[in-house]
Amino acid sequence: MPRIGVFVCWCGSNIGGVIDCPKLATDAVNLPGVVYSTEYKYMCSEPGQNSIIQAIRDHRLDRVVVASCSPRLHEETFRKTLARAGLNPYLLEMANIREHCTWVHNKEPEKAQAKSLALVSRAVAKANLLEPLFPSSIPMTKRCLVIGGGIAGIQTALDVADAGHEVILVEREPTIGGNMVKLDKTFPTLDCSACISTPKMVAVSTHPNITLYTYSEVAGVDGYIGNFEVTIRCKVSYVDHTKCTGCGDCQAKCPTKVSNEFNLGLDTRKAIYIPFPQAVPNKPVIDAANCRYFTTGKCKICQKICAAGAIDYEQQETIITEKVGAIVVATGYQLFDWAAAYGEYGYGRFPDVVTGMHFERLVNAAGPTGGKILRPSDQTEPKTVVFVKCVGSRDPAKGKEYCSRACCMYTAKHAHQVLEKVPGAKVYIFYIDVRTPGKAYEEFYQRTISDGAVYVRGRVSKIYQLGDKLVVRGSDTLLGRPVEVEADMVVLASAMVSSGGIEDVARMVSVQVDKDGWLQEAHPKLRPVETHTGGVFLAGTCQGPKDIPDTVAQASAAASKVSGLLFREELATDPMISTVNQAICTGCGLCVPVCPYQAVELKTITERIPGHAPRERTVASVNSGLCQGCGACNVACRPGAIQVKGFSNDELVAEVDAICL
Amino acid sequence: MHHVNLTAAADAKFQERLAKASGQDVKQCYQCGKCTAGCPIAYAMDEPPNRIMRMLQLGLKDEVLDSKAIWLCSTCATCTTRCPKNIDVAGVMDSLRVMAKQEGRTRALRSIDLFNDIFLGSVRKYGRVHEFGVGMGHNLRMGKLLKDVDIGTGLMTKGRMKLFPSKIKGQGEIARIFNEVYKLEEAE
Amino acid sequence: MRYAYYPGCSLHATAREYDQSTREVCGALGIELVEIPDWGCCGATSAHSTSHLLSVALPARNLALAGSMGLDITVPCAACYQRLRYAQIELEQNEAVREKVARVTGTAYDSKVDVKSLLEVVVGLAPETLKSKIVRPLDALKAVCYYGCLLVRPPRVTGFDDPEDPQIMDNLLRTCGAGVLDWGYKTECCGASMGISNEEVTLKLVRDILRVAEKAGADCLVTACPLCQNNLDSRQTHVNRAFGASFEIPVLYFTQLIGLALGIEPGRLGFNSHFVPTDKILKLIT
Repeated sequence: MPRIGVFVCWCGSNIGGVIDCPKLATDAVNLPGVVYSTEYKYMCSEPGQNSIIQAIRDHRLDRVVVASCSPRLHEETFRKTLARAGLNPYLLEMANIREHCTWVHNKEPEKAQAKSLALVSRAVAKANLLEPLFPSSIPMTKRCLVIGGGIAGIQTALDVADAGHEVILVEREPTIGGNMVKLDKTFPTLDCSACISTPKMVAVSTHPNITLYTYSEVAGVDGYIGNFEVTIRCKVSYVDHTKCTGCGDCQAKCPTKVSNEFNLGLDTRKAIYIPFPQAVPNKPVIDAANCRYFTTGKCKICQKICAAGAIDYEQQETIITEKVGAIVVATGYQLFDWAAAYGEYGYGRFPDVVTGMHFERLVNAAGPTGGKILRPSDQTEPKTVVFVKCVGSRDPAKGKEYCSRACCMYTAKHAHQVLEKVPGAKVYIFYIDVRTPGKAYEEFYQRTISDGAVYVRGRVSKIYQLGDKLVVRGSDTLLGRPVEVEADMVVLASAMVSSGGIEDVARMVSVQVDKDGWLQEAHPKLRPVETHTGGVFLAGTCQGPKDIPDTVAQASAAASKVSGLLFREELATDPMISTVNQAICTGCGLCVPVCPYQAVELKTITERIPGHAPRERTVASVNSGLCQGCGACNVACRPGAIQVKGFSNDELVAEVDAICL
Repeated sequence: MHHVNLTAAADAKFQERLAKASGQDVKQCYQCGKCTAGCPIAYAMDEPPNRIMRMLQLGLKDEVLDSKAIWLCSTCATCTTRCPKNIDVAGVMDSLRVMAKQEGRTRALRSIDLFNDIFLGSVRKYGRVHEFGVGMGHNLRMGKLLKDVDIGTGLMTKGRMKLFPSKIKGQGEIARIFNEVYKLEEAE
Repeated sequence: MRYAYYPGCSLHATAREYDQSTREVCGALGIELVEIPDWGCCGATSAHSTSHLLSVALPARNLALAGSMGLDITVPCAACYQRLRYAQIELEQNEAVREKVARVTGTAYDSKVDVKSLLEVVVGLAPETLKSKIVRPLDALKAVCYYGCLLVRPPRVTGFDDPEDPQIMDNLLRTCGAGVLDWGYKTECCGASMGISNEEVTLKLVRDILRVAEKAGADCLVTACPLCQNNLDSRQTHVNRAFGASFEIPVLYFTQLIGLALGIEPGRLGFNSHFVPTDKILKLIT
């Protein structure tokens, strides 16, 4: 018979303020298997943990139940406590009487008391059946894959590479740099975005530990932490980059002009093109969909002009596989498609209603206007500019419920730039709230007001074209009246949303996408760069809207997590994973498709039964590196052959019985 | 102006009644002001729509029900269509008018309430509204006999004015609807 | 194609020409209109400002009448259309209201009829039906389409076209050959409901609409609502007086223009009954 100790935590007043903890401890003594029970103000504190160790020794406890908060918070803590007392750490069971009870039932203390006891009974029932578990180890491939070459991916790659590990950086565009390299100046210090990001791009391309695949996409991920196998699809550029010198002659002579995506369609580029002068790699690709040769069969001017003989119209897509131990997703963001949602702002049919990113290109010295702020319709300098914030953000009806975090500051910066560059300009900023929680942010906002920007507190309801003016109809909720501005140009701070294709990446690396389309971190506070899949980490805006400082900080955090992992020779695995009792497995295979981690496969075994000839049989087999212990296979298994260690069918039934019978 | 005593002024019963009548949760309003920005009539209101919403959040029953704004609202529903929080602001305005009417608080903008009375009186009596009668009746009661006389004359000469009302056969059914609705609502 | 026709009170008086032109155009296009016998008023804004139940019960009687005809309803008046649609949705979705309506009308509502605006019905024709019958294209005409409020809002109730940038009237007139201009006031309120009780407010709204239409270069405004038409047309002199302006923009029903394009005589479409003279429009077309 096991000897179970029950430890009830007050969690200060969180639990102790609602239920009678000493009474719960007293009641718990009567539960089967319990030989000792006590309570304490903070069980997770050092004296609290020591009291558990002491009790284990004094009362020869071999199972421990802690009734406190969620195991997500302190299961690890108490497992270590058990280990320090010399017990197998998996002989612990927690009863969550805080989140599941006192926090939600604080207005009904009597019922909360009864429910707490029921939860403890459940835990005790399970504790009676707990078995010691032992982690195993897997080897570590000391290389890292980074998906996405924006500032987050660049920073992660450089940090991991500087720590001495090999990095594979994959970027789907022809150049790295992402969104940041399109920006003009960056708040609140107004340093030039290209000036601070292009040196990092060059550092990536020259770092001995970094292998860069641009114009390439991750096509598949197999394996598990420490042992991933990644398939990379290198798109066809029709230019042999090993021969190309990046001279740019082909681009100059190409006869075909198409809309330039780097400048968001504000000007044109050629069909063979280097996205921008500081691109890394600084080598062109051919946009076959628009290339005259590929569409008409005639032209080949680029091939004729290329002195290096680098143009190769026959080039084929290549597939590369790489082995890595860790993966960092840094796929970034794109801007919300406001034109599809906001009819009241013209559905995108007014050329002088642009996004903040358009404005960045318009104000950028390397942009289509050479840094002169000119409105797209007639290339004149706008004298009255209206900025509209929260377009698609904080708008559950038309866009996203969340705040995009960076817009308040970049809009203040835009306003500052208009006032600086356009003499006599008038600037109006429509806002709901101004959010400036960052170092020197509020000061920057106040400076913009001093510059002369007029902040109007109210959402814009309508924008329409009247002659060559845009009439912006908003309200000043502080004044309590509707207001109108006849503007020359309107800049919308459109929401950040996750990059196109994020679902595919998420599926490949088995990371959850949250309700807003961002990748789900393992814990919002305590594990912000990790995911629920071992060895997969997040950096930058793929996890949620961020500005550059936060993105870089998170990228470095992910890099340090990766480095910490890659420094290990081998890895202990969580023992709470599925295991197959092959004797009763029928080989039906239902468990295989339900596994979200591709951890279960069928294999053939040879059975030897005394007195019979050996016979072959198909059974399920679990890859302990991939299995995350989710239990999906367990549910699917009809004979009960697959069970999750620490969550066996017997244990679960005992828990249900303890509560329901 | 004086300080608003937020605890004393908040009328929770009023808030509950409104929530039930309109089916809307005004707490969801985060005061972005888009309703006011798009409202064609906000410029003429004593309290713009977003302030009405704020007053409702605070439970300031008297200020809301005695405001002109609720009567000036033309129910164009621009606010409802564009509210980022999916609040049917025009629906709330409708419920407020009904509540004000039930409490006999229609003095803020007598002319509109009067119009409604005369309009519905016409429907009750004939089954259909007699436009000429409603216009004339309203002018008479407001003491503005000559208002729109040019339009009236114009309509008449163009053959677009029916001088005399005609009753539909089912007028009795319509009158019954009125009687039963008012009876039911009084009982409630 | 047969519909139960609900003209509404205005179409029997101040908007007679809308009724006329509707019947002419539908006749020409093969849409059979059977007027709902003994229909009653929908209650309009006055009803829903006074009692929610009344505002559903009055249309419910009409829905039931159409139900007994076994026909879907078409409504030319935007205001009646929206009230009938609203009532239909409430009766379908709100059980408590349905029960109360049964009590006050004395009959249980179990009708399955759909309510469509006349615009929707005309647009719903096979694309060639209208095009093939056009004998007098409106090539020389530059028009702005004015949808107003109740055809498109709230979208939960109306929902047949975009509430911010509706297109179906634009497309119909384009089919008739007219030059349809983009403008910013397609769906702004004209304040018709307050014309009698609060004309000052109405005049400002009418002025704004006329101003934007004029600036867009429109020869005329085209509506699908008797209240909007009457308001924008008959109050132009008042606007001119109040604001020292000189607007003279004809305001037409879309049915009148389609009728012209179909070759119907202007007199039979009520072209002689406007406040702002329509001669210049007729000259442009004939």
